[in-house]
Amino acid sequence: MNKLRGRAYKFGDDINTDLIISGKYKFSTLDMKELAKHLLEDIDPAFSQKIKPGKSFIVAGRNFGCGSSREQAPLAIKESEICAVVAKSFARIFYRNCINVGLPVIECDTDGIEEGDCLEVSLEKGTLRNETKEVEEKISSLPQVMIDIISEGGLVEYFRKRGGFKLEP
Amino acid sequence: MGKTIAEKILGSHSGKEAQAGEIVVAQVDFAFAQDGTAPLAIESFRKMGGKEVFHRDKVAFVIDHNSPSSKPGVSSLHRLMREFSREKGFPLYDITEGICHQVMVERLPVSAGGLLVGADSHTSTYGALNCLSIGVGSTDLAASLISGRLWFKVPETLKVILNGKLSPGVYSKDVILYLIGQLGAEGANYKSIEFEGSIVDNLSMEARFTICNMVAEMGAESGIMNVDEKTLEWMRKYNPSASHPQPVRADDDANYENILEYDLSSLEPQVAKPHRVDNVVPVSEVAGLRIDQAFLGTCTNGRLEDLRIAARLLEGREVHPEVRFIVVPASRQVSLEAMKEGVIGLLIRAGAAVLNPGCGPCVGTHAGVPADGEVVLSTANRNFKGRMGNPNASIYLASPTTVAASAVKGEITDGRELQ
Ligand code: SF4
Repeated sequence: MNKLRGRAYKFGDDINTDLIISGKYKFSTLDMKELAKHLLEDIDPAFSQKIKPGKSFIVAGRNFGCGSSREQAPLAIKESEICAVVAKSFARIFYRNCINVGLPVIECDTDGIEEGDCLEVSLEKGTLRNETKEVEEKISSLPQVMIDIISEGGLVEYFRKRGGFKLEP
Repeated sequence: MGKTIAEKILGSHSGKEAQAGEIVVAQVDFAFAQDGTAPLAIESFRKMGGKEVFHRDKVAFVIDHNSPSSKPGVSSLHRLMREFSREKGFPLYDITEGICHQVMVERLPVSAGGLLVGADSHTSTYGALNCLSIGVGSTDLAASLISGRLWFKVPETLKVILNGKLSPGVYSKDVILYLIGQLGAEGANYKSIEFEGSIVDNLSMEARFTICNMVAEMGAESGIMNVDEKTLEWMRKYNPSASHPQPVRADDDANYENILEYDLSSLEPQVAKPHRVDNVVPVSEVAGLRIDQAFLGTCTNGRLEDLRIAARLLEGREVHPEVRFIVVPASRQVSLEAMKEGVIGLLIRAGAAVLNPGCGPCVGTHAGVPADGEVVLSTANRNFKGRMGNPNASIYLASPTTVAASAVKGEITDGRELQ
């Protein structure tokens, strides 16, 4: 997987899945492009227009993605071409769902990152570089099964190629 | 080294010595999804190349979140679910049946010691039946539908011992709200919680479901309880066809991440304030706050016992003229029993609007959306901003007694005053 590079959009603690994508949209469509238009709109109505596809990170505090099991939340983020979500910690189901849809999730201390900072992440090296602040951080590494799923582009591809779960190669 | 319940169940289902922190691939005994998660699961199932589901009796869909459908887009997703279940030959519980978690505890073909996954975050509910039940997303569910297997990180376990005796008018909802307030929204993230103690022993099964249901609000992967005579009785009544219960207990020398002990004899009724479930205070701190809508229902508190409590309180009283009181039985079974007992009649006579079984206003998809600036007092498990369909409304969470009493008084009220 290549390096991820882009600007930080900063959010607080406990951003729940209802805020990421409201229940009123997720029940009526499987069209992720449509859902992506409403990404995080209850916090920032203009968010989906602000971000640059492929060049933006969502950066948050603790417990990002808490709440419901809706996979529409990480899918809407992925559809918006957010490079990765960086947070101090993630809620359990959201974290699994991100891996399963192939959206990189990065756990590290985010206090030093400010809105607009330019970040560069290398999943291979396990580093996050804040170019604006000129600091580099180690990010926690993932278990092999998660790396395998992300590098296939998500659980769907993983399953299609391997026909099931294989813990050992 | 001894093992926790979660380690034992994941061990027996993966054929490995499962220890906290390890990754295992385990065989699941049951997998289900609801209308918010099933459509994506179907899409993933097809993209993964799935042909049949792993076992027709071990899979189910439930239409409960937006039921009956509120608009054409929803209707076509419901149709997709119906067609898929018919094609694959497994049951779909349609708009008449109620909330997935209640439908399942009434019909679960899984017994104590089982492992199940549900594409819904409150799948933890079945822990009260000594099952390890884990909420997952749609693609995880699709993988389990195809293979009957899923990978799990064996969770650390937190043991919570609840000592003492609840005073009259204090319920399991108050207990779990209090714990969430103590531990915080992230206090049990990725963990399994084992509940024990005299308070748990004295609770009915319905009240135990309420506790296991809400462990999700602390981020827990599961909440689980031991089997006793009440558990066995519930299983005999509701799932006699389930295989013989094989209760799983933790070893005495099991390795816990932490053991927390509380004496709750002096606990007051609790209320979670907007917009966080862990923003919990004793009811006395918010008593007197005017409410616009009261809601009794959901997979947390829409069971027969909850409806009975409200009906008893409303007998000979009326819902406050400026309050809309919405009641939604959790399942068809609950509805029928509540009708037989006259509970529904009492509620309607007192001025409640009783809806069809299902999630109702809980998740803001259809019925009962509050107006800007309105205050809702609800028995649900979440009060997030926007949860009920309007980010400009405020949601408070409490027990059925507190909600019913407040519906009468038109303001947040300690239910013990009216008993
Ligand atoms: S009642 Fe509410 S919390 Fe329970 S399953 Fe339905 S939407 Fe989810």
